[in-house]
Amino acid sequence: MKRSTIDIWVGIFVAAGFAGLLFLALKVGNLASFSTAQTYHVKAKFANIGGLKVRAPIKSAGVVVGRVSEVGFDNESYDAVVTFNVDAQYKFPRDTSAKILTSGLLGEQYVGLEAGGDTVMLKDGDLLRLTQPAVVLEDLIGQFLLNKAADGKDGKEGKK
Amino acid sequence: MSEPMPPAGPRHWVENLGHHITSKIWRLGFAARFFFYVLLHSGTALRRFGLTIREIYFAGVLSMIIILVSGLFVGMVLGLQGYDTLQRYGSGEALGVLVALSLVRELGPVVAGLLFASRAGSAITAEIGLMKATEQIAAMEMMAVDPIARVVAPRFWAGVISMPLLAALFSAMGIFGGYLIGVRLIGVDEGAFWSQMQASVDVRNDILNGVIKSVVFGVAVTWIAVFEGYDATPTAEGVSGATTRTVVTSSLAILALDFVLTALMFTGGNGQ
Repeated sequence: MKRSTIDIWVGIFVAAGFAGLLFLALKVGNLASFSTAQTYHVKAKFANIGGLKVRAPIKSAGVVVGRVSEVGFDNESYDAVVTFNVDAQYKFPRDTSAKILTSGLLGEQYVGLEAGGDTVMLKDGDLLRLTQPAVVLEDLIGQFLLNKAADGKDGKEGKK
Repeated sequence: MSEPMPPAGPRHWVENLGHHITSKIWRLGFAARFFFYVLLHSGTALRRFGLTIREIYFAGVLSMIIILVSGLFVGMVLGLQGYDTLQRYGSGEALGVLVALSLVRELGPVVAGLLFASRAGSAITAEIGLMKATEQIAAMEMMAVDPIARVVAPRFWAGVISMPLLAALFSAMGIFGGYLIGVRLIGVDEGAFWSQMQASVDVRNDILNGVIKSVVFGVAVTWIAVFEGYDATPTAEGVSGATTRTVVTSSLAILALDFVLTALMFTGGNGQ
């Protein structure tokens, strides 16, 4: 088989195509931050998870330390059970608390970890005791209206 | 054609409809059998890879210019339009996310597929149809050369190989176009543009699914193109009709398949 000029053009085309794919994977996607590193699972029960989704980030002090791997429901306590993978290089005390937070006003929801003071570290399969559920906007507005109504009543009584 | 005066009336109308539907189903069955025959006889296309390389040149390399230029312009338009809408909500920095996700998930595979169908698919149909019309295919059969293995399979595989590469080039070029408009022209912060994009484009969920889409479109377009060519009535009119049908059918197939694939891939939120 002889080499021809067509081969070099096809070679350029295939190379350019793969370069495009590589660009998409590395520069556009998050392949670089795809950690194949060791992780450990930690579970936490929340009264309400709001819009938390699988693969949402786990952040501590604003740094991403892991990702949500599973969202389930506990049939006995009627709580949401969130399982997350924490990168093995990050160690947290056993009394670490988890909160569901929102990044920005309309941003995605993530789990915030706040380290406690225990000397024993979390290990694979542990359950976090201290959790704080997601803030639901409707509840917040309801509470606000209730407070407002109570204030109004007090004000009138005060005047009398 | 045979009858000078077609009998009017509902009976004739029903008969015509039935004939039409039966012939469509017959054609579909033939197309499916043809597809499997091509797959079975693609050994030659892989063994004598030179044949396939030649077809990749015609289907892929020669489509590169139109794909790159359209990708650039689609990306630039997305940059302008996306920024105009996003800045009303004060989130102009999310432009990178908008451009990248719309290109990688949808526009890259779909628009590249449509361009590929009209640029390369029509050429494949016309070539095979003309080979049939000039009896080259019959001549090959006379020489005991299987025209499907020698003519159809290399074109089919060339299309299947070229299409994902072209779609990737389209998306990459489009994102570059969005970058040119967003960052260079409008002045969106460069760091936010890339980092927000990287934070929300997932390699498996978005990029891999886009590649799967483009492979499916590649199979569909090239299958339709080689089939229409092989099935063309061997006349000048027949070949032109087959070429038109290739572009129409494969465009519709791309859009319909895109809907099905999107429904399968991107429902149920961000995940699993």
